[in-house]
Amino acid sequence: MASRMLWASRAASYLRISMFHRGFSTVLNDLKYADSHEWVKVNGNSATIGITDHAQDHLGDVVYVELPEVGATVKQGGSFGAVESVKATSDVNSPVSGKVVEVNEELSNSPALVNSSPYENGWIIKVEMNDAGELKNLMGSEEYSKFCEEEDSKH
Amino acid sequence: MPIPQTRNIGLPMMNLLRFKGLPILQQLHIEEQLLRTSSENWCIINDGTNDPTIVMGVSGKPAELLEIESVLRDQVPVIRRFTGGGTVIVDCGTIFATFICNKEAVPDLQPYPRPIMSWSSLLYGKVFQGIGDFHLRENDYVFGNHKFGGNAQSITKSRWIHHTSFLWDFDVRNMTYLKLPKRAPEYRSARGHLDFICCMKDYMPRSTFINKTVEATGTQFSLRSYPLEAIETGSETEFYPSTRFLTDEELEAAAAAGQ
Repeated sequence: MASRMLWASRAASYLRISMFHRGFSTVLNDLKYADSHEWVKVNGNSATIGITDHAQDHLGDVVYVELPEVGATVKQGGSFGAVESVKATSDVNSPVSGKVVEVNEELSNSPALVNSSPYENGWIIKVEMNDAGELKNLMGSEEYSKFCEEEDSKH
Repeated sequence: MPIPQTRNIGLPMMNLLRFKGLPILQQLHIEEQLLRTSSENWCIINDGTNDPTIVMGVSGKPAELLEIESVLRDQVPVIRRFTGGGTVIVDCGTIFATFICNKEAVPDLQPYPRPIMSWSSLLYGKVFQGIGDFHLRENDYVFGNHKFGGNAQSITKSRWIHHTSFLWDFDVRNMTYLKLPKRAPEYRSARGHLDFICCMKDYMPRSTFINKTVEATGTQFSLRSYPLEAIETGSETEFYPSTRFLTDEELEAAAAAGQ
């Protein structure tokens, strides 16, 4: 049992998967998370943004992604686009403020990337941040995992 | 039908807006504005719309969904709405029912498409109790395996809208403007429109449906009638809805590009 746990822990560490998750939603350690279920990966002043595994699982098969224009301004907590699934459009909100510098054009042809690869190929926009201090308003992986568990247990 | 005056202590408030024959574009503009700018809960009923109009979902591709040549020839208006979902053609035989709610208005309801649709199907289940084998089937409202109501949703950070166009009656000729959609539920089994849909009038009088819907809503919300003149639309407000007509030029371009 102990060796199996050790193996699982090492595998999780290699794959950057948090051990603190229940069920099937994956949470990555090196990202920050908004309570509206978007993730952000920060590299200097650049932020890559998408929706989490928890969100894509609850939304269902994504059939369309509404992308913003490059150059658009985004505000922390404000919506910048939407995904369509199961006859519903759902807003996607930005975890940080700044300017959109790139959008994932692949999503126009392959919106299902949001489901199959929410943290990698399903990224949605890249933003040049104008206030890195805002990151303190976001959750880390452990906090976000607990947040998801609490949300799911309430319903 | 008068709203019962008994105060439902503890139930969240919901404003009830009732229209008859309101143009569908205007209805959708009101809905989009209320979703985005109001913090109250709303139930909107529109008993029929004036002119036959095609209404596509946000990602609808005209060339895939419409017989564009006939649409242009007969000058049938085409709207792209702000919610997801498929294409309908609506007219005076369509009854519209809409719910716009804050996230916490329905206790324990997760603001995602399937839970919201589950909730609405339970509400309409009360309306159609014992009638016509009503249920939600692959996200459609059906009697048996015939669809009579198309629904769609939009979900924001703190609110959601679920709106439905119910086929109380329809003109068979209007269905010829719509193609068989590529994305269709399995239970449709490639049936053409006329074999797939059915009329609510075969099951329930029009006013009965509307009254029962209001009654069912009143079991979960404290309803109050909202005066129509208090709804502001048009250029006085700063909200610009995304729902709009597609122009002839856009439809022609879509036909040429096969989109």
